[in-house]
Amino acid sequence: MTKDPVCGMSVDESTEFQSEFEGKKFFFCSAACKSKFDAEPGKYAEAHKEQFPAAQLKKATATSHADGTQNLKLPIIGMHCSTCAVTIEKTVGKLAGVGQVHVNIATNDAFVEYDPSRVSAKEISESIGSAGYRVGRETLKLGIGGMYCASCVTKIEDGLKRIPGVLTSSVDLASESAIIEYVPAVVQIKPIKDVVEKLGYKTFDTIPPRDGIEGEEMDETQKAHQQEYKSLMRKFIFAAVVSVPVVFFSYPTIFGIMSFMKVGTSSFEIVSIAMAAATLAVMAYSGAQFFTSAVAAFRSRSANMNTLVASGVSAAWLYSTVAVLFPSVFPSKTLAGEFYDVVAVVIALVILGMALEVRAKGKSSEAIKKLIGLQAKTARVVRDGKETDIPMEEVVLDDIIIVRPGEKIPVDGIVTDGASSVDEAMITGEPLPVEKGAGDEVIGGTINKTGSFRFKATKVGKDTALAQIINMVQQAQSSKAPIARTVDKVASYFAPAVIITGILAFIVWFDFGPQPALVYALIVFVATLVIACPCALGIATPISLMVGVGKGAENGILIRSGSALETAQKLNAIVLDKTGTITKGKPALTDVVTVNGFKEDEILSLAASVEKASEHPLAEAIVNGAQDRKVKTTDTESFNAIPGKGVEAKVTGKHVLLGNLKLMKQFSIDSAALDQKVGQLAEDGKTPMYVAVDKKLAGLVAVADTVKEDSKVAVAQLQKMGLEVVMLTGDNERTAKAVARQVGITRVFADVLPEDKAHNVQKIQMEGKKVAMVGDGINDAPALAQADVGLAIGTGTDVAIEASDITLIKGNLSGVVAAIDVSRATMKNIHQNLFGAFFYNILGIPIAAGLLFPFFGILLSPMIAGAAMAFSSVTVVTNANRLRAYKLKLQ
Amino acid sequence: MSIAQIIVTLAGLGLIGLIAWYFWFSEKKETVIGTAASGIQEAFIKVKGGYSPDVIVVEAGKPVRLNFNREETAVCSEQVLFPDFEKQATLTPFKTVTLEITPEKPGEYNFQCGMGMLHGKIIAR
Repeated sequence: MTKDPVCGMSVDESTEFQSEFEGKKFFFCSAACKSKFDAEPGKYAEAHKEQFPAAQLKKATATSHADGTQNLKLPIIGMHCSTCAVTIEKTVGKLAGVGQVHVNIATNDAFVEYDPSRVSAKEISESIGSAGYRVGRETLKLGIGGMYCASCVTKIEDGLKRIPGVLTSSVDLASESAIIEYVPAVVQIKPIKDVVEKLGYKTFDTIPPRDGIEGEEMDETQKAHQQEYKSLMRKFIFAAVVSVPVVFFSYPTIFGIMSFMKVGTSSFEIVSIAMAAATLAVMAYSGAQFFTSAVAAFRSRSANMNTLVASGVSAAWLYSTVAVLFPSVFPSKTLAGEFYDVVAVVIALVILGMALEVRAKGKSSEAIKKLIGLQAKTARVVRDGKETDIPMEEVVLDDIIIVRPGEKIPVDGIVTDGASSVDEAMITGEPLPVEKGAGDEVIGGTINKTGSFRFKATKVGKDTALAQIINMVQQAQSSKAPIARTVDKVASYFAPAVIITGILAFIVWFDFGPQPALVYALIVFVATLVIACPCALGIATPISLMVGVGKGAENGILIRSGSALETAQKLNAIVLDKTGTITKGKPALTDVVTVNGFKEDEILSLAASVEKASEHPLAEAIVNGAQDRKVKTTDTESFNAIPGKGVEAKVTGKHVLLGNLKLMKQFSIDSAALDQKVGQLAEDGKTPMYVAVDKKLAGLVAVADTVKEDSKVAVAQLQKMGLEVVMLTGDNERTAKAVARQVGITRVFADVLPEDKAHNVQKIQMEGKKVAMVGDGINDAPALAQADVGLAIGTGTDVAIEASDITLIKGNLSGVVAAIDVSRATMKNIHQNLFGAFFYNILGIPIAAGLLFPFFGILLSPMIAGAAMAFSSVTVVTNANRLRAYKLKLQ
Repeated sequence: MSIAQIIVTLAGLGLIGLIAWYFWFSEKKETVIGTAASGIQEAFIKVKGGYSPDVIVVEAGKPVRLNFNREETAVCSEQVLFPDFEKQATLTPFKTVTLEITPEKPGEYNFQCGMGMLHGKIIAR
């Protein structure tokens, strides 16, 4: 193995990408690196002389001991308390052949020492099962070729069961495959395949049937959606096709077939009976789900939309059929009306509405689907010095993973060698690719752009940032905004209330309505039941919440719950922590001042050379500042730190002093020329340091924690949104005020001890304001918890910050603006939906009940009611989907 | 008022009373779940137009494992939400999907479908 001189990655010498320079051979990971090298070979060859130590590899699998016992690590599912751990330890410990058992409740792992000749991994797993817990396992479906008889099946099954870590195996001769349950921490797919092949059979990969993994379930859900949509469309088409002739014959006056459809004629009777049969078929096929669901709901003493539709159309059908078969039951012939058209058309329309809703809903959950889709399927890891592609699930901690240009980074980790730029937009919302080199953190799910690199996995499986983001988003989407609780109360009374209204309308029309009263009464009853739409009401909040939270996640804003979102739009004040939130949290060189004829570069070069030897945090700022300004530094000849004052050093033969006023006084240097400037810099919140060369005052270098680029704009934006912006800091008042002035904040709490931050948040709350706190999540945790909404500024892969209601993955203030913005937009959307749904029902139900008839002679046809109902919930979903196109401020 | 009108009025009002009683005031059937020796309380819930059983009585402070089996494809019941626990599950049709919650305090914890049309509750005692 050797190093790629361009990107620094380890490459095999057998690679096809090779070049020669000055008689030496160089090897590359890719064509891109080779062409870079060929362009300027001298530059890279020079750098190549520096050798990196090879990365150490560590394996985490089952380990065997000399005495034949084995250690097994089993992930446990379903532990909730420390007593659970004890229960498992006791149960497993009782098994013959089991040595030590230790269960770690924090990591949900059981460590078992056992003798494989006396007890199997399966038995251990079963005993854990009998204690009421489950062992985390994977299911592998392996294709097996070359099986001819039943004895082959037993042979393979026995062979598989002997592999430690394999829990169950069932080989199916007919489908030529085996379903194997195994513990991924103990055994990988490869050894399982090896065993089968050693027995003399061929193996091939099939799609793994993974149960209980969200990603897979999502796909199945998508499939179910498609199937449901198709089935609904078939039902709709059937109902629609039947509707055409039924409507034609139901309005003989309009279509001029009055003589043909004269009541009492045989043609009328035949057509009527045919219509009865056809609409019954529509009810049985297209409308079946209304009835099954209505019955099920009725059993559990509840009513829903299906109850309403089912009762409405059954009433219409029964009435019509009685009128056709037993017209004599009715006292007058005018009463023996038919409403088969209502049955067919209402079912057709409601089903169409449901189909459209399925379509629209698929789009609403697109954000989470996108996130799930970001997860890589495989990873290329280095094991035993060889590169192998393994499924994502088998990556363990400390695995070294190789990523080539254009590939997806599979898990979270730290770059060990190589360099590249990585597109992290999908996780952080940051549009520009980020440069990565050794020691930098990479996030699983992001895409490697230009170079190749290796990295060490630091978070795998459910612990990766992406998995946690998905989990948080799903949690938030399932939480309830407080407003939804009120709506739910209304909704639970809604359907029975509608039935009661329908019956009341029926009675009123029957008692006081015009003749034929029974017909009118029936029309209003059916129309009332059909127009009411509890669905629109019920779906109004959750669907917008789902889209809104998803929208946030796409932009690096993780909203923990519906109530966080609802509170975020009611905020009056926002408290910002200074260090790390408004400012970068890292000092940087800001000013260089000269006197006595010295040049800026000269002073900076000397100061930086001196500070190179120092470990002071401000020293780093000066050295970096010199580098940024392309000023050369040299090594010091002697170095002496004077505590509390500064440093004294010799650089290129010059005596250099760098420090505060006390240092100048100690060496009796007259600093009067710069005293005023020092005061001015300090006023601006900067830390100035005097520089003296050969006992003569030379100038000043000043460093300060600089404000993030977007802070000023973001603060202005927040103020424009009507929020009072307050700054909170542990720094002294002068520095705090200086920063506040730069970004335009007027209210400042300075000299605040970390433990008093929460208290200060409370102080603002006492003014009757809803307060948000923005901080780093670690030092500011109590303040974040105290605030009505706590926004934590995350760093890289650390996304699940407990104390926060909202986590911003991209660590700057424009994220705060976007978070509040997305909350407001979502709540506005929810209000629109709720208003629409309530307004629709409040207006629609009385009209359907015939309230307008006495005044304007308007009576709603049940078919119009059906159309209105079908499209009201589609409208709600469509309105929620509008949020997806919402453009966030400052993004 | 004719006799027919009186009959319809009385029958209608009677029906209204019955509906109000049945849906709002009648006691729902409760299903009490026993605790297994392992300390886990496990319930199997059929999802088809509703949850059956829909009122589940459990012991507070102990984990409850709920196995949902959705026996329909209607999108309505696709998701089941436990807002009090901020948990949700996507129910794949004709498959058992398991969800675990631990009601720490005695009380009523509602669960529902994504649209809030189907309801059920866990009563912890």
